[in-house]
Amino acid sequence: MLTAELLASSLRMAVPILLTAIGAVYTERSGIVNIGLEGMMIVGSFWASVGAYFYGPFVGILFAMLAGAFLALIHSVTTVTFGVNQVVSGVALNILAYGASRFLSLVIFGKATTSHHVSGFSPIDVPILSDIPFLKLLFTDISPIVITALILVPISKYIIDNTVFGLRLRAVGENPLAADTLGINVFAMRYAGVIISGMLAGMAGAYLTMEHTGMYVEGMTQGKGYIAMAAMIFGNWTPTGTLWASLLFGFAEALSLRAGEGSIIPYQFIKMIPYLLTLAVLTGIVKKATPPAASGEPYDRSIG
Amino acid sequence: MEEAVVLKNITKRFPGIVANDRVNLQIQKGEIHAIVGENGAGKSTLMKILAGLYQPDEGEIYIFGKKEKIASPNKAIELKIGMVHQHFMLIDRFTVLENIILGAEKKKGIAIDKKTCRQTIKKLLDLYNFNLDLDAKLEDISVGHAQRVEIIKVLYRGADILVLDEPTAVLAPQEVDELFVNLRRLKEEGKTIIFISHKLDEVLNIADNITVLRRGKAVGTVSADSVTKEELAKMMVGKPVLMKLDKAAAEKSDVKLSLHNIVMKGNGGKNSLNGVSLEVCGGEIYGIVGVEGNGQKELAEAVIGLRQDYQGDIKVCGKPIHGLSIKQIRDSGVAFIPEDRHRQGLVLPMKVWENSILGFHRKDKFKKGMFINIKKAEEFTLNNVKEFSIMISSIHQEIEGLSGGNQQKVILSRELSQEPEVILAAQPTRGLDIGAMEFVHRQLLQKRQEGKAILLISADLEEVLSLSDRIGVIFDGEIVAEFAPEEKTLEDIGVYMLGAHRKAGESA
Ligand SMILES: Nc1ncnc2c1ncn2[C@@H]1O[C@H](COP(=O)(O)OP(=O)(O)O)[C@@H](O)[C@H]1O
Ligand SMILES: [Mg+2]
Repeated sequence: MLTAELLASSLRMAVPILLTAIGAVYTERSGIVNIGLEGMMIVGSFWASVGAYFYGPFVGILFAMLAGAFLALIHSVTTVTFGVNQVVSGVALNILAYGASRFLSLVIFGKATTSHHVSGFSPIDVPILSDIPFLKLLFTDISPIVITALILVPISKYIIDNTVFGLRLRAVGENPLAADTLGINVFAMRYAGVIISGMLAGMAGAYLTMEHTGMYVEGMTQGKGYIAMAAMIFGNWTPTGTLWASLLFGFAEALSLRAGEGSIIPYQFIKMIPYLLTLAVLTGIVKKATPPAASGEPYDRSIG
Repeated sequence: MEEAVVLKNITKRFPGIVANDRVNLQIQKGEIHAIVGENGAGKSTLMKILAGLYQPDEGEIYIFGKKEKIASPNKAIELKIGMVHQHFMLIDRFTVLENIILGAEKKKGIAIDKKTCRQTIKKLLDLYNFNLDLDAKLEDISVGHAQRVEIIKVLYRGADILVLDEPTAVLAPQEVDELFVNLRRLKEEGKTIIFISHKLDEVLNIADNITVLRRGKAVGTVSADSVTKEELAKMMVGKPVLMKLDKAAAEKSDVKLSLHNIVMKGNGGKNSLNGVSLEVCGGEIYGIVGVEGNGQKELAEAVIGLRQDYQGDIKVCGKPIHGLSIKQIRDSGVAFIPEDRHRQGLVLPMKVWENSILGFHRKDKFKKGMFINIKKAEEFTLNNVKEFSIMISSIHQEIEGLSGGNQQKVILSRELSQEPEVILAAQPTRGLDIGAMEFVHRQLLQKRQEGKAILLISADLEEVLSLSDRIGVIFDGEIVAEFAPEEKTLEDIGVYMLGAHRKAGESA
């Protein structure tokens, strides 16, 4: 049933995907594929619990973004500077993130798979929107991170389409050699794109820990980093498209939670919906997708 | 007169090769100075040094009398040097405007001030009388226009010295004329132009002075008024060159390759082939000319079976081949000299002998049970090496290490030694020097003499004109005109290549 409550739940489910997917737009537009987003979400979710537990939610989110950015920095060094295969580097980071979080959790909280309980931001009401009857449920009592994610969509669109930074970011993703001959620092732009994606994935992890579950739980990202990549592709590498795609995935997830009880279809199958949707997207049901021309290719002036 | 650029003893080495060997060069302010030389002579390398993309190993550069070190493309721009590269440095998915301003954007806060940018560009367009749609996506404009974008891009950055690397290689004759009009206009405005080419007619037409490079060395600078084409060719090659091929008459036999109404879908809803029909007889060379990207590549891929997603019939010696595998098509007597020898013709890290039997390794003569008969393969290769005078140190050498000309000879020897009936040659002399080019031409003519059918696809108009018995012009995936080489002038052919005949017809 398409109730306002279901929509509100879809939005909450969509937020971590959306944040990460917006990040994915930045990194992909600069020409670097970042499979490591999943890992960056994992370290984000873990470090958010550390920051929030000891110093409160603001530090939690700060730690999460720094941790994501740090992992992204490693990805930049390997793929941009040393031209390592981008998929291999990303997968390695995912494994690293998983292991490191487990280890540090044991060190800091004394338990390998969960943190202590942490509290997030106090929920807020969005002025105006929360007064509209139908949207009331959607925009009252929500996390500030949800608002941030939604605001990031038009901001990112503006940055990518209209600013000098955006133009140059797109240029190095389409034709790095051409950008280089125009005096654009290809490496710097690509570092920037990857690190922005790491910070946003970190923030998405923080959302899961602080706003969703109230603690860090091992495996809590449940492949949302990959789903985010699918959403970014589905959204045709644009922030606005990514928003709709993320909401669709969020909806599928909300649906799978809801339909679980008392349905004739076994619960496990319903749980599969978001992942099947991801597979369908990634295997190219969406034909119109046009990735940046130099996506996935390392840049080396002497070869170019 | 003031000197805009002076190069003194510039040397640039790449692993295993001296690309520029103590090159001296003087370019006056306000002249059009041509640099000619065969492929691989080091022209692009020299210009990339000037544009800050490469650093010279030795030597000095003076710009407007001052000694400079051009450490980066930015520095070159600062010194008012702008380069239009041989391969365009443009971004297909950007608009013309975005391509021009990229890297030199005028800002309002963090945003790009598109209005001011547009005004600046409009002024330039008016000043030089250029015509460009600033909001068109680059992928939608013609090659000639793309080149104009490159030139405006350089002017937008305030360049006074313009380097154009082989700007005419991709243009139809009319577009070349337009380019020359534009270049003369730039010269009137006081710009210095360095014009790279290996086409001597053009150089004699446009340049004031000409410097010849040969194997990395500058062999001399001459004034364009005081030199003939033959003299220039001799300077370039180091020995007198035959400018004309002698083409004997050949006996024409039955149709060996026929294409009937081939239609193939392309990107973005447009057909890349739009009903191509043609026939090639034994003893005949059928040349296809056209501006690149009008379906040549797709045509070749359909004939050899790399693409099957077409409608229509292709017949080899009367037998339809649609749906056959590439192996079956080759076995039925089609030889393929691909356009991109590095991607399609050879496996670069493999040895010369391995490359020599590639694709034919399953033939009985190269097999011993389930293994390759290495001895036979080596004998075969050695024989080819001798017959085609391929310059190698050993047949066990990796083919990567060979020059382009010798790599092409390996492909040719492999393909032609299998006694094909139909030879599909796509850009067979691209990137080859005059010597190797002559060799390829003679081989093709000999096969014609032997009664084979040859479909020649080439961007080099002169090559097609001198080799072919019949010529088809391809435009927008269609053969828009077919004629014998002597029937039409270069200008007429250019009209067809640009599709201008059609536009004229429509408006009438
Ligand atoms: N980046 C590079 N690395 C190695 N060799 C190169 C490189 N660029 C050019 N060369 C070699 O230097 C020589 C001169 O090349 P180039 O300047 O492109 O010649 P031209 O422009 O006159 O055709 C060629 O033998 C080429 O193979
Ligand atoms: Mg060159």
